[in-house]
Amino acid sequence: MAQLAIEDLRRILIACAGEDDSLDLTGDILDSSFEDLGYDSLALMESAARIKQEYGIDLSDDDIAEVETPRALLALVNADTATAAV
Amino acid sequence: MTTVITGIGAATPNGLGTEAFWKATLTGANGVRELTGFDTSAYPSRLAGQIVDYDAKTHLPSRLLPQTDVSTRYALTAAAWALEDAGVDENTLPDYDMGTVTSNALGGFAFTHQEFNKLWSKGSEFVSVYESFAWFYAVNTGQISIRHKLRGPSAALVGEQAGGLDAVGHARRTVERGTRLVVSGGVDSAFDPWGWASQLAGGRVTTATDPEAAYLPFDERAAGYVPGEGGAILIAEDAASARERGAPRIYGEIAGYASTFDPKPGSGREPGLRRAAELALADAGLAPADIDVVFADAAGLPELDRIEADALRAVFGPRGVPVTAPKALTGRMYAGGGPADLASALLSIRDGVIPASGFTAQVPDAYGIDLVTGEPRTRPVSAALVLARGRWGFNSAVVVTRHTDH
Repeated sequence: MAQLAIEDLRRILIACAGEDDSLDLTGDILDSSFEDLGYDSLALMESAARIKQEYGIDLSDDDIAEVETPRALLALVNADTATAAV
Repeated sequence: MTTVITGIGAATPNGLGTEAFWKATLTGANGVRELTGFDTSAYPSRLAGQIVDYDAKTHLPSRLLPQTDVSTRYALTAAAWALEDAGVDENTLPDYDMGTVTSNALGGFAFTHQEFNKLWSKGSEFVSVYESFAWFYAVNTGQISIRHKLRGPSAALVGEQAGGLDAVGHARRTVERGTRLVVSGGVDSAFDPWGWASQLAGGRVTTATDPEAAYLPFDERAAGYVPGEGGAILIAEDAASARERGAPRIYGEIAGYASTFDPKPGSGREPGLRRAAELALADAGLAPADIDVVFADAAGLPELDRIEADALRAVFGPRGVPVTAPKALTGRMYAGGGPADLASALLSIRDGVIPASGFTAQVPDAYGIDLVTGEPRTRPVSAALVLARGRWGFNSAVVVTRHTDH
């Protein structure tokens, strides 16, 4: 199953919740906090729904609530894709 | 305590921005046109007061676009204009000294229609999480409050087409209770197929096809109203606080407000509009002779126009005060209608001119009202009464006056 890359996540975040005009999302955002990037819990729920639609990975609301950075979110998704592939 | 208006932001079918709206209102620029956006050929009514030159991306950060209905986008845009006009940013006053009180009658129809499409065609997991609030009558108050960091007392009022005046009345009450500044007014829009069908179901929308002869309030040809979209946001402030912070301008005072409810249908008792007007005048401490112009509710249906004319004659005497209905050029903007009329009333005070009533030309003598038709009427205006009625019995009235230091 396809792995979710940072470029995919960036695209999904912007599609689901727009982008902050004062922030450059094209830079290295892997370890930025979603809070600093301007994505609140609703933005992440919306993004999680999109990830499920596109990648078939079902992230629980509890998981989403605990994820603080794009790196952590990618790890969560890709661990699931690895599990799903087994 | 005196509550004044220090900022205005209007977004209407005949003008984006307060001065554009005012110029269109005075020149008689018509915002009523064929409704676009979906195929209306099977609908009995096809004319709307539609905003056609609004590009949300140029007015709002992209962050707000996935989570907002078009009505909320107009509200956010008008609020930003009003705050800018008032010279207010998030550092002007402490955040808890600034509140938000807006009215909305229709909710986020277009956004919800789009999400319902996803629900029925793809499944519930495709429905936007933002649907949770984007549909909601209180969302404009919430989004304005969040965007501009206004953390003081806030509220949302729903009173069908009278609610916009109720919001301004409650903003004044909020100022009197100690909040220095309140963003107020109302905005509506529902021009998706579902929203349109809902409006037509009310049974009062005209089936006329000529944009210049469709919404003719107080005219003997009146046969329904044209729905509009948009409205106005006003900045209400404690006068002393506005002076203290050096507000760039004061448009006028919210001198009086009242709302009443109609008696039960079939009771034979008089509708509540006259009482609302009289109570607002009493609240302002003014006599009918002090009022220079009335911005009428102007329903555009013979029975309702007659009821309003009766109320005006009862309060002011036959042809006792100039009456106008510039909303004939925008269509009825629901919660946005009253605040847009308040904007016009305040600008009438500023400029000494009363706008005309769209394309209305032939007013029955029996109405006994001095309706301003054809051209604007130049005359000093120190006090204006604005009326609005909502379906199922709402009547609201606001008196605005020229501000004098006292």
